[in-house]
Amino acid sequence: MASAYELVHDREYAAIRNAAALFDVSPLYKYLISGPDAARLLDRMVTRDVTRCRVGQVLYTSWCDRHGKVIDDGTVSRLSEGVYRLTSAEPNLRWLSLNGAGMDVQVEEVSARVGALALQGPLSRAILEQVSPANFSALKYFRLVETTIREMPVTISRTGYTGDLGYEIWVPAGHAVPVWDALLEAGMPYGITPAGIWALDMARIEAGLIMLDVDYHSSHHALIEAQKSSPFELGLEWTVPAEKGPYNGRAALGAERLRGPAWRFVGLAVDWVSLEALYAEAGLPPQLPATAWRVSTPVYQGSTQIGYASSGCWSPILKQYLALAHLRAPHFAAGTEVELEVTVEHQRLRAAARVTELPFFNPDRKKA
Amino acid sequence: MSRRYDCVIVGGGHNGLVTAAYLARAGRKTLVLERRPLVGGAAVTEEVFPGFKFSVFSYVVSLLRPEIIRDLELPRHGLQILPLESTVVPLDNGDYLGSWADADQTRRELARHSPRDAEAATLFGRLMHHMAMAVRPILSMVPPDPASMAPSDLRGMLKFAGHFRSLGAERFHALYKLMTMSSADYLDEWFEFDPLKATKSASGIIGTFLGPRSPGTAYVLLHHYMGEIDGAFRAWGFQKGGTGAISETIGRAATALGAEIRTGSAVEKVLVKNGRATGVALQSGEEIAADVVVSGLDPRRTFLELVDPAQLPADVVEGIRRFKFRGSSGKVNLALSELPNFTCLPGIGPQHRGAFSISPGLDYLERAYDDAKYGEFSRHPYMDIVIPSMIDPGMAPPGKHVMSIFVQYAPYHLNGGWTDARREAFGDAVVETLNRYAPNLKGAVLGRQVLTPLDIERTTGLTEGNIFAGELALHQLFFLRPVAGWANYRTPIAGYWQCGAGTHPGGGIMGASGRLAALEILGRRGG
Repeated sequence: MASAYELVHDREYAAIRNAAALFDVSPLYKYLISGPDAARLLDRMVTRDVTRCRVGQVLYTSWCDRHGKVIDDGTVSRLSEGVYRLTSAEPNLRWLSLNGAGMDVQVEEVSARVGALALQGPLSRAILEQVSPANFSALKYFRLVETTIREMPVTISRTGYTGDLGYEIWVPAGHAVPVWDALLEAGMPYGITPAGIWALDMARIEAGLIMLDVDYHSSHHALIEAQKSSPFELGLEWTVPAEKGPYNGRAALGAERLRGPAWRFVGLAVDWVSLEALYAEAGLPPQLPATAWRVSTPVYQGSTQIGYASSGCWSPILKQYLALAHLRAPHFAAGTEVELEVTVEHQRLRAAARVTELPFFNPDRKKA
Repeated sequence: MSRRYDCVIVGGGHNGLVTAAYLARAGRKTLVLERRPLVGGAAVTEEVFPGFKFSVFSYVVSLLRPEIIRDLELPRHGLQILPLESTVVPLDNGDYLGSWADADQTRRELARHSPRDAEAATLFGRLMHHMAMAVRPILSMVPPDPASMAPSDLRGMLKFAGHFRSLGAERFHALYKLMTMSSADYLDEWFEFDPLKATKSASGIIGTFLGPRSPGTAYVLLHHYMGEIDGAFRAWGFQKGGTGAISETIGRAATALGAEIRTGSAVEKVLVKNGRATGVALQSGEEIAADVVVSGLDPRRTFLELVDPAQLPADVVEGIRRFKFRGSSGKVNLALSELPNFTCLPGIGPQHRGAFSISPGLDYLERAYDDAKYGEFSRHPYMDIVIPSMIDPGMAPPGKHVMSIFVQYAPYHLNGGWTDARREAFGDAVVETLNRYAPNLKGAVLGRQVLTPLDIERTTGLTEGNIFAGELALHQLFFLRPVAGWANYRTPIAGYWQCGAGTHPGGGIMGASGRLAALEILGRRGG
């Protein structure tokens, strides 16, 4: 994915929250799963209850190994009666095949055959209405519609990675470029802006959405147990149903639910006055990161390290310095006062911060 | 007498709203009275032509104090400042001078015109950073009166002196020069490329009746740099929905904190009994009692119109009469069917998302001032142009645009006075001048609103149409704003306070005077 389409990404970020930004998210891995056992395979693999997914519905879900540790997270879309599409951040073809052993199911990797464009922002709906006959005001959050853009067949889902009103457009690769061009052209009067990961990263932090290999590691790649996380530890407890048939990790997750997680994934809002004072000591105004950072950063309470932040950024819309952090029990209750390590002029110092519920930013228009 | 309030604020401009929000936050029963049907004063958004919205007067933002944004939780109430990152100056030789969001791109662009200036610009930027850092604490300080022996003033002077000592000799001397020189002379020490000097010096003349070669303008230049020091609160930005949306945001914060806002309620007089303010009388005849009355209006209205000057000491009345307003700028707002196509940088591009500055040279600006000195509007004025619909598509119907043109000079005291015909002639001069650089402009104009200083005065109430509620001249700053002895937001009438931009630290959508006034009323020293 492009870092940015301009030298400076500020405007791309602003477009997400003010107009509309267009991302090429084709690098996602995409799998088409079909056949009589398609639902059975997915239901066995992921934590969400796929048997309840209706045609035209999209589920966000995590999936775990048998120890209840997260392998990856992504979406399951039910395209038609027996056809599903799974998206993921990393390759999952082998894992799908292993889980489908003995089942009457076809798994086809379509990553290169299906282009994916994300149109995100408050004016995304107005733009789509210019180029597609679908009824977008009737398209609910996490639902999809088969339609066309300028006569080219597409699937449009009301999903995204920005926490804003937004859509993702799934298009045969051969039409991806003409669809991109059509959206840019129709979106011009609405301030559409092609945007890259620098802008997206800020938006997803504001939205409190995790990123694989940044905020957590796949249990398939972890070298030690401590590098693995359960859905409960990643703020994904809502993707683990209390009642569901057999699936990977069920027993371990059931036990963890009773026990309570050892870690929780939370938001941190850095106290500005405290940050400003640290910089003032060095004779500087606060130096804020222009892009999101992804360096593990210690979080303290008193002299004890109680966890670490895995990404953070300055939020232009909230005018707050935010971080996403993993905190150890029992320090993760909202409102808990903690300290985040900050480096000021090569000195490792600590700024006051407060544990905050996620998402930081959650506008009504996202679901309206 | 109908209802009783702890505090009544006269005027719902952004400073009045800030004061109200802070007072309400401290538990004071607070009422804001605004004459117009909408709050904001000079920071208002209005749909001047159907579908076309304009920040009618004040049009960009950078100085809004970060502590106000935090204290009043403005992001939660709708503050959303969008980047306005470039400036393009069309030059007389058909070329242009650009300044872009990316520092290296800007340096290379400047090097195209002057490699020496490109190098100097970095050093100049560092100096201005230091100067802004030096002045910044003063923005949050209630001005102490150096002639007073009152303990609070002495404490203030000590703090003030201590601050300047801490700057060190080099920066103090640089600051002294900045406070006394003309922006042209100051920039001459650094740069050689005339259009660069002209464009930078333009910040030093905005809202004053001075030219780039008039001493004192270098300080105004600094006033416009101060918003840049905080990396988070970027240089100059554009509020989504226009500057009126900032006022509405502050209004929502004030209301959420418990303040009441009444629009369409013009105050006739502040009621004074035995040297003490007791409330206000509205033009409707209604009287509202309050322990504290705060005027957000400019000093002339605050001291000479809302109260009877006979109730004030003669020297204060004389001081306020001498306070200079003399509005020098106008505004032209255009509804456009298409974007202007500038011959220096043809086509539609990133340049349309930033500002255009008509400042091709120092002589050009000084000649524009010459016209004004002798009572005429500039035939070829300085203009600062933005196209808000390119930044916030909600400002105009899809595919159409709004253009905001800040124009200087347009003297309040025009020879023969402003008439409808003179106003239109002024509008013509603006469009004609701009059309030379963007020849499709005239044909694209769907609607035109021309605002002279007289129009600004009539609509907003700002005396003589001065956008800063009184000139930002050195003799009208800090402990002399608006008048010696009364720079601490008080007035000679007990319980009657001032909070507008006619007090320290002055104009722009900053909110600082509103906050400091509230803190003084609440008995807390600013800072």
